[in-house]
Amino acid sequence: MTAYHVMQLAYLLACALFIFSLHWMSDPKTARNGVYAGVAAMLVAIFATWGGLHITRHWWIIIPCLLAVPPGIWLAQVPLTAVPQRTAFSHAFGGLAAGLVGTCKYFYWLSHEQEMLTAFRMTAIVAEVILGFLTLTGSLIAAGKLQEIKWIPQRPWVFQGQRAINLAGLGFAVLLGALLINSPSAGWAPFAFVVVVLLSLGFGVMMVLPIGGADMPTVISILNSFAGLSAVAMGFVLDNKVLITAGALDGSSGLILSIIMCKAMNRSFLNVLFGAFGQVKQSAAGSDGKVYKPETIEGAAQILEQASSVVIVPGYGMAVAQAQHKIRELYDQLKKRGISCRFAIHPVAGRMPGHMNVLLAEAEIPYTDLVEMDEINPDMPQADVCLVVGANDVVNPAARHDKSSPIYGMPIIDADKSRTVFAIKRSKNPGFAGIDNELYFSDRTWMLFGDAKAVIGDLVKQLSGGSGIH
Amino acid sequence: MQWLVHPAGILAAGETVGHGARELDFMSMLFVFMLATFIGIGVIRRVSRLLHTPLMSLTNAISAIAVVGAIMVAGGEGYPTWIRLLGAVAMFASMTNIISGFLITNRMLKMFKTQPQPGGKP
Repeated sequence: MTAYHVMQLAYLLACALFIFSLHWMSDPKTARNGVYAGVAAMLVAIFATWGGLHITRHWWIIIPCLLAVPPGIWLAQVPLTAVPQRTAFSHAFGGLAAGLVGTCKYFYWLSHEQEMLTAFRMTAIVAEVILGFLTLTGSLIAAGKLQEIKWIPQRPWVFQGQRAINLAGLGFAVLLGALLINSPSAGWAPFAFVVVVLLSLGFGVMMVLPIGGADMPTVISILNSFAGLSAVAMGFVLDNKVLITAGALDGSSGLILSIIMCKAMNRSFLNVLFGAFGQVKQSAAGSDGKVYKPETIEGAAQILEQASSVVIVPGYGMAVAQAQHKIRELYDQLKKRGISCRFAIHPVAGRMPGHMNVLLAEAEIPYTDLVEMDEINPDMPQADVCLVVGANDVVNPAARHDKSSPIYGMPIIDADKSRTVFAIKRSKNPGFAGIDNELYFSDRTWMLFGDAKAVIGDLVKQLSGGSGIH
Repeated sequence: MQWLVHPAGILAAGETVGHGARELDFMSMLFVFMLATFIGIGVIRRVSRLLHTPLMSLTNAISAIAVVGAIMVAGGEGYPTWIRLLGAVAMFASMTNIISGFLITNRMLKMFKTQPQPGGKP
């Protein structure tokens, strides 16, 4: 056995561990093993590379590693409401690493070993660099939108001919890439390479700017996939199978999540990427002539007390108001009275896949009471009370029948089928997607206006203080 | 043995064996990619929907496997300093992802419990 073989066997082990790591995520009970397997795989891959190849400049590796410890720990401590932007930010770092390594290898080979720049390898380098750098800027813009940084527009930013300009930019980058693959060491090649890098950076920005907050779960998933694919391309460049395997696992994960997100919004990939969602468009069933029916905290508390089954529908508004801990208190109050209380989780509720589950788990609500849309919808007609907390589009019945509505065809949680609906809403403005919600004007719906955290806090107070007194 | 470890830190096993062998190796990489994608799709499909956020931070950490490439460029022999510097930046970026990705995944997964625990102690 040579050092090369030892290294390859270590890579083989790392690949197996990566697969196990994801396999264990299938159940919350075994999921933490998945993290340990992932850490083990990563350490094996790092040390195999370090020891197996001709690595001589150790400090060039150790110092960046040490520098990465403080930001790494800091990024792991963010509040859970900020997890979407943290995730987008890490995709940016993943893209940056891939893009940089591709750039390094190209310029190294160009000046030292031009015979290494075969057509196959050049194709991989071009793919790696385009994917890596567009993931970098695209993710940074997504993170900025999620963090609500002032100079990045929150609402979709659109202008005439945007699609054409974006496609032309990407097309030009791909064309230059093809020319590079054909003649990687021509005199103009380094300049063309830099132009490809710049175009990819620009395309990333232009791709995400027109996308609104409601589409963020899909965009984050797509960027996740791109980050994985850029690692795959790096694997082709470096002839390294652990990179290809791990990158492909990540790429397919992003792919599956994007498919789930797209299905949950009844939209296609291309529609998300190129058809700006959420232009404020009054749908036919507008608010004209219709009025909200407000309800008092006392009244709502009484109806909740008399219910035997309550379903809570959380949405992004819950995260904004940080209401999950108050919801836990409400949950406890209801459970104490023997009332069944469950949560209906729409796949695109929040700003990233699974966002609501994590927030509610943080508030120590048992995950067995977090129910997916498809499982809870058949039970909705039996629910006495449906409490909508900061969710909007995912409970809008217009999605079922109003062909003029931008969310037409999107699967929704059947909140309107429950006996009574309480909707907590901060103001009378339409939601993020700018669409009026029919649910709020239904005969069975009563509005609780105010900050979600405050309203639920008042409900809890009413329930804990006023129990038994009517 | 000179072909086993390339001076530039690149595994060049196929490179010097001849054109045919090299093409073969590229083909085997495509096979690995195809198979790994199918395994990924199969495994990810069964991931609990509850855990999609931790899944994403875990795959985030896993895709930081790009660190392998960064190690080669930052620490390998024969690279000019400016390339080495870019490699060190890539090293920093992927290491940050590895550390924060695994830590936050673990932190989130700790929160998923079946029973409500009064007092917050397990």
